[in-house]
Amino acid sequence: MILNIEQDYLRFRQIVRGKIKQDLKKYISQGELIGKKGKDYVSIPIPQIEMPNFRFGRRNTGGVGQGEGDPGTALSPGDVGEDGAGQAGNAPGAHILEVDLTMEELAQILAEELELPRIQPKGSARLKTERDRYSQISKVGPESLRHFKRTYKEALKRQITAGSYDPANPHIIPIHEDKRYLSWKTKQRPESNALIVYMMDVSGSMGDEQKEIVRIESFWIDTWIQTNYNGVATRYIIHDAVAQEVDKETFFHTRESGGTVISSAYELCHKIIEEEYPEELWNIYIFHFSDGDNWSGGDTDRCVNILKSDLLPKVNLFGYGQVESTYGSGQFIRELENNVNDIDNLVLSRIENKDDIYQSIKDFLGKGK
Amino acid sequence: MSITVQSRRQSLSPELARLNKEIEVYARDYGLDFYETFFEVLDFEEMNMVAAYGGFPNRYPHWKFGMEYERLNKSYAYGLHKIYEMVINNDPCYAYLLEDNHLVDQKIVMAHVYGHCDFFKNNIWFSKTNRKMMDSMANHATKIRKYIDKFGLEAVEDFIDTCLSIEDLIDHHSVFIERRAKQKEHTDEEKAIVRKIAASDYMDDFINPREFLEHQKQKLEEERLKRRRFPEDPQKDVLLFLLENAPLENWQRDVLWMIREEAYYFAPQAQTKIMNEGWATYWHAKIMTERALNDAEVIDFADHHSGTVAAHPGQINPYRLGFELWKDIEDRWNKGKFGKDYDECDNYVSKREWDLGLGLGREKIFETRRVHNDITFIDAYFTEAFCHERRFFTYQFNPERGVYEIADRNWKSVKQKLLSGLTNFGQPFIYVTDGNFENRGELLLDHRHEGIDLRIDYAKDTLKSLFSVWSRPVHLKTMLEGKGRLFSYDGEKHTERKIDG
Repeated sequence: MILNIEQDYLRFRQIVRGKIKQDLKKYISQGELIGKKGKDYVSIPIPQIEMPNFRFGRRNTGGVGQGEGDPGTALSPGDVGEDGAGQAGNAPGAHILEVDLTMEELAQILAEELELPRIQPKGSARLKTERDRYSQISKVGPESLRHFKRTYKEALKRQITAGSYDPANPHIIPIHEDKRYLSWKTKQRPESNALIVYMMDVSGSMGDEQKEIVRIESFWIDTWIQTNYNGVATRYIIHDAVAQEVDKETFFHTRESGGTVISSAYELCHKIIEEEYPEELWNIYIFHFSDGDNWSGGDTDRCVNILKSDLLPKVNLFGYGQVESTYGSGQFIRELENNVNDIDNLVLSRIENKDDIYQSIKDFLGKGK
Repeated sequence: MSITVQSRRQSLSPELARLNKEIEVYARDYGLDFYETFFEVLDFEEMNMVAAYGGFPNRYPHWKFGMEYERLNKSYAYGLHKIYEMVINNDPCYAYLLEDNHLVDQKIVMAHVYGHCDFFKNNIWFSKTNRKMMDSMANHATKIRKYIDKFGLEAVEDFIDTCLSIEDLIDHHSVFIERRAKQKEHTDEEKAIVRKIAASDYMDDFINPREFLEHQKQKLEEERLKRRRFPEDPQKDVLLFLLENAPLENWQRDVLWMIREEAYYFAPQAQTKIMNEGWATYWHAKIMTERALNDAEVIDFADHHSGTVAAHPGQINPYRLGFELWKDIEDRWNKGKFGKDYDECDNYVSKREWDLGLGLGREKIFETRRVHNDITFIDAYFTEAFCHERRFFTYQFNPERGVYEIADRNWKSVKQKLLSGLTNFGQPFIYVTDGNFENRGELLLDHRHEGIDLRIDYAKDTLKSLFSVWSRPVHLKTMLEGKGRLFSYDGEKHTERKIDG
C-alpha cells in the first residue's frame, strides 16, 4: 500500500508554523496550554484548522444524556459533548485533548514542540550524585527480584526450540537457566540547583488576562527548568510602587493598584540572592513581567544600573516579558533594549496576547542557558 | 482493484483467515447479506494513515489529511483512543484490523464489520452511493495531482480550501428526488391566456365570473415571473447550482464536482450513524455470545463490549443508543408490544408482562434496517417506555451555577432534542434563492432561520469563499436577534443591512 500522508502532514505542519498560507492562520485553534490545574493533569494542544462554513453561533443550548440523577444534578464539564445530541463521534472537532502526563513527559513534549535546547548549568565544578535504577535484566540475582514475565518467556523459547512445547497443552515450566532477575545500574546525576525568581508588576493596569498570561508562562518555565536541575527553589515578588515577597497563591491572585516603581523589585530580588543564594552554588533565573509603564525615567535608569552591576553578572538568565495591557504598553522594554543590549543573558520578549506565549517561552529558554 | 489488493503488505494470517471464514458463515446463517469482504491487517501507524484518509488508501493531496493524521497519532500516543476497526462502503467491502489486537478483539471486529457491510448493502440511504468508490477516489487523486502539475500546488490547494468551506451546502435527500427531470422549454411568445369555459353570452358572467378570471390571470402571471427567476425554486444543493452556473475554469469545475461527489458519498454514513453503529454492535454481540466465543474469551469480550456501549453522562453514544434500540425493537415485536391494543392498555403490570409470543422481532429489525435513517428511526422507535427505562434526560447550561445540569426527564423534550440535533446534521439550512439578485448577476443565499442565529464571523468568511467561486458579489439573508439581515461581500468589503425578516 502506498500512502503519501507524509507530504500532507508536512504541509499541515508548515501551515501551523505559519511558514505558508498565512491566510489560514486565523482558523487555527491552538487550545490552551494548560486546561485544568489539578495534579499532573494538563491539556495538550493539537492544532486544528477549521475552514469557515455556515454554522450556528451559540450552540451551548444543552443536549441529551443518559444516566442517573435528578433534575438539577450538575454534570461534570468533561462529560458534556460539544454539540449535544447526535453529534457524538461525527465531528473531527476542535476538542482540546486532555491527558494524564508526568512532568518528565511534559518536558519532553516541550522540548519537541518548542525545540528547546537542554540547559547547560553554569560553572565547571559541578557536583554529581550517584543513584541506582533498576533498569537491567540479569541472569543471577535474589529470588525477590525475579522477573516473572521474562523468566517465562525464556522458558517458552527454550521449550519451543527443544520441541517440547505442545500448543494444545501449553505447560511452561522454567528451569534454573531460564530465570531472569531485575538488576540495577548506577546513574550519575548532576547535583546542581536552580533558583527561579518571578517578579510581577501588579499595578492597576495588570488585569486578569495579563495575570493569566504570566501564570501560563511561568508554569511552562517552571516545568522546563525543573527537568534540567536536581532541585529548584522558587521565589515570588510582586511590586507596584513598593515590592514585597509573597507566596505563589498571592502572586497570581493579588490585585493591587497604584504606581509602578520597578527598581524596588529589582532591589528586593538582589537582596534575596545576596543573602540566601550564593551565585557559586546556584543557577539563578529571574523573570520579570510588567506592562512596562514605569513611574519615571529616573527609576528606569536605576533599574538599568542594578541590572548591569548587581543582577546580570550573577544570573544565568534574566528574562523580561512585557505584557500588553488595556492601557497600552510602556517604554520600559525599549529603554532596556537601548541601554543593556550587549549582554547576552538578558532576554526581552513582548507578549501581546495568549498566542504569543509560545514564542515568548522560546525566546526566554531558547538559548539553553 | 486487483493491483491494490496485491500490493497490500499483510494478508490475513492462517489463524485470522480461519476465524474470518468461521465468522462469515455465522453471519450469513443469521441472514446478514453483504458484498464480499476483504480484511487487511495494519499496524497502528498505517491504521492512522488510512483513517486520516477516511478509510481510502489513495486520496488527493491536501493538508487536511495531514491534520487528521496528526490528531489521530497524538491521541493514540497519549492513550486517548484506539481505532479498532474501519470498514469501507464499497463492492467488495474493505475492512482493516489492527495488528496487535488480541485475537478475541479481532473476532469481535470481524463480526462488527459484517454488521456494517450488511447495512451498507441493504439500507436504502446507501442505495445510491457509488460502490466503486475505492476506484473513484483513486481517480480523483490522479486527476487532482495532474491539475497540481499543470496549474501549481498553491492554486489548486487554495481552490480546494475554498471548496471545503462550502462542501456541506448539499442536499442530502437529493439523490432520491428527480427535481428537474424535464424542464419544459418556455418561450416568451407563449402568452398567458386564461381559458374560458364555453358558454352562451348571457350565461358567461355566471360560468366564468370576472373575479375568477382575474385571479387566474394573476396566477398565470406569477407563473411566468417565476419561470424568469433563477433558480425557479430555492435550491438546497448549492454546490450543484454553482457547478452549473458559476464562471469556473474547467479544472475548477472538475475539482468542485469531485468534492461534491465525495460529500454525497459520505453523507449517508452521517445520516445513519446511530442505526449503523447500533446494528453492527447488535450483531457482534449476537454472533459472539451465541456462536463464536469460547470459554476463555468471555471476560475479554465483556470488557471490550462494555467499553463500546459505555454511557457518558452528557453525551449520546451512538453505539449504545443504537444497540439498545435494536434490542428493544426486537423484543417488542417478539412479544407483540405494539399496535392499538398495547397502546391503549393502561394496566402497568399487564403492559410490562405483555407477551403474545409473536416472534416477529428478527423480521422487524431486518425490515427497519432497510428503510430508516437516524431521524425516522428515532422518531418511530424512541418510545416513552424506552426513554424512561434507559434513563435519558435533557441537560441545559445553568449560567447562575456555571455548570451544565440535568433539565428534565420528559420523554417529549428528550425526543425533540435528539431529533433537532440530527436534523440536517445540526447544521443550518441554506438555499440558493437567486442567481441574478438585483438583476446584477449577484448570488443570493437564504438561511432558513429556525431559532438559532448563525455565527457571523464564520458566515462572513464563507461568503468570501463563495465570492471566489461566483466571482460576483454574494449575499446571505438571515436573521440576527429576531431581525432580518442581509450580509454581502463584494470582493473587497463586507456590508450588513437590515431587511424585513
